[in-house]
Amino acid sequence: MAKTTRTLDGQTGTRAAGEGGRQGWEERTLRPALEKSPERDVRFTTVSDFPIQRLGTPEDIAALNLDSDLAAPGEFPYTRGIHPTMYRGRLWTMRQFSGFGTAKLTNERYRYLLSQGQTGLSVAFDLPTLMGRDSDDPMALGEVGREGVAIDSLADMETLFSGIPLDRISTSMTINSPAAILFAMYVAVGEKQGVASEILEGTIQNDILKEYIAQKEWIYPPRPSLRIITDIMAYCAERVPRWNTISISGYHIREAGSTAIQELAFTLADGIGYVQAGIEAGMDVDAFAPRLSFFFNSHNDFFEEVCKLRAARRIWARVMRDRFHAKDERSWKLRTHVQTAGCSLTAQQPYTNIVRVTVQALAAVLGGTQSLHTNSMDETLALPTEEAVTIALRTQQILAEESGVAGTVDPLGGSYFVEDLTRRMEEGALDLIHRIDAMGGIVAAIEAGFPQREIAEAAYLYQMQIDSGEKTVVGVNKHTIPPEDDHKIPILKIDQAIEADQLTRLRALRQSRDAAAVARALEALRSSAAGSDNLMPRILDAVKAYATVGEICACMKTVFGEYRETPVL
Amino acid sequence: MRSAPKVTRDASGRKVRLLVGKVGLDGHDRGVKIVARALRDAGFEVIYTGLHQTPEMVVSTAIQEDVDAVSLSILSGAHMTLLPRVMDLLKEKGAGDIAVFAGGIIPDEDIPELKKAGVLEVFTPGASTRSIIDFVHHRIHPRRG
Repeated sequence: MAKTTRTLDGQTGTRAAGEGGRQGWEERTLRPALEKSPERDVRFTTVSDFPIQRLGTPEDIAALNLDSDLAAPGEFPYTRGIHPTMYRGRLWTMRQFSGFGTAKLTNERYRYLLSQGQTGLSVAFDLPTLMGRDSDDPMALGEVGREGVAIDSLADMETLFSGIPLDRISTSMTINSPAAILFAMYVAVGEKQGVASEILEGTIQNDILKEYIAQKEWIYPPRPSLRIITDIMAYCAERVPRWNTISISGYHIREAGSTAIQELAFTLADGIGYVQAGIEAGMDVDAFAPRLSFFFNSHNDFFEEVCKLRAARRIWARVMRDRFHAKDERSWKLRTHVQTAGCSLTAQQPYTNIVRVTVQALAAVLGGTQSLHTNSMDETLALPTEEAVTIALRTQQILAEESGVAGTVDPLGGSYFVEDLTRRMEEGALDLIHRIDAMGGIVAAIEAGFPQREIAEAAYLYQMQIDSGEKTVVGVNKHTIPPEDDHKIPILKIDQAIEADQLTRLRALRQSRDAAAVARALEALRSSAAGSDNLMPRILDAVKAYATVGEICACMKTVFGEYRETPVL
Repeated sequence: MRSAPKVTRDASGRKVRLLVGKVGLDGHDRGVKIVARALRDAGFEVIYTGLHQTPEMVVSTAIQEDVDAVSLSILSGAHMTLLPRVMDLLKEKGAGDIAVFAGGIIPDEDIPELKKAGVLEVFTPGASTRSIIDFVHHRIHPRRG
């Protein structure tokens, strides 16, 4: 162990690596050892191909200021966590994302989950809903209810939350381009239940920038999309103050093949873009910034993931205080949800995924996340079965209640290696953020295809490293077994009849509603979109007249246009 | 890793032409872009459709571009609807000799039915780019010499 006198710096008395610091150790002990037996590899890197050190030593953190860079938990810049007691006070929220088929089926699942003591819901919508298309849109063919729940109108939303008191739960909705519409439906359901919008709690993902970068579920071009988002921020600041208006997401950026540093940089650059847009729309930064939250991925490389979350908090705190001059501490704190990496799971030997998820979840916890979704072992094959979801939830419960890791705040803080890797990732991300700033900000960078190209390049490189065996994926390119000997696990099947069922309901709705009221509401919305009024009240009116998601989006498209991507290979 | 392209042309020197694309609303394009680039690097002529194509659009592009095969990626679970639709449309338009292969999140138990519908091969998660390139070398040939 180190015998430290006063500081952690190598010159003044530390003997972690013996006399002469690292250099002394390298000459005296390491070199002869390497001559006798070389290391396993000439180059050690993270899963993101980021070089890592053989050994962390006091020299690596000589430049780290213990007060201004590291600080204590709950204190600026929050490297060690945003709360003083972290999980000693309250465990992270275990929030599993779910939804499939019709509103009625999903409502039954939600009621079951709530009866089991869950207090928050997380809604997965189907692809047509995510893309702002109705179930009877030709593009929706084969997709209705398949990857999430199908919502066409307020009638479906009423069914989805039937018997669920919105004043007693919080709801997270993974919805982006049509977020304003689904959020308006939620507010309208609340009104019908007699719940004032002021007490509604929840989150909409509402992060359109990462759609252009990675997930590709867009409708309008970036600039009108940002206008819708700033309208939501302004509306919520006034009417729905407990709502998290954007969940700024690195998850999908990583799933699209980015490195950890790219995930960190592009996500924070998106965050900077939203804050900038809010300020340009005339809002005070502290009026909306406390309601911004984040969503990161947790991949296989344990320390890289821990350090990514620590670096994210430090960068964001400084950006908010020093660049945007936020005064409210809550604006400085990066609150985040984490989901384990779907793209890391293997179809081969699927039970090994339970172990991957455990390592990834542990990294998220030691990185200081506020909430966590653990993937199920069968998600490379289909939506998860109930058994697989239960194992995934139990994984979190074992970490929280058996492993002991929740008993100490930031137990990895002060590790030479962890602090050094945190700093190097921070520098790597800041370098990319500065490049984006120099391009004129994230919207200009997206329009120039910069993040898209960087990610495509990283994804291709990683695949080549797997194909060549340079990087190992257990069960895929090493430690494989013949497919006929592999475990077969049960797969959740979505009934094809669900699509027909949803189409029948949609047809009935179109016949029963007041068509003139729908037309009036849509015309009012179109004229607001062409002007500069806040769109939220008009969207709320349209939703209450039972205009569909597809009709409302089509109406706004007539003003905003449609986004077309130039694909980057 | 990148072997020299050997059998990417037929005797008359015509290169194998491939349409690589995404069909449906599914935006997961990490895999399809890697496959498109790997096939191009292996010496094939590759046309990438971009996202959000309907079966009609795919078939019409395949015919216009006079491709030898169509490679489609689907990760949304809509493969049992969209792939048979592409097969039917190709036949309807008299282009049933254009080969179709697919990749994505496709459960093993769906593969026999897709093959019965005429899909030549289905690549599932974990497939290497090498296995896809080898498949094209061996199974896809220029339609008219």
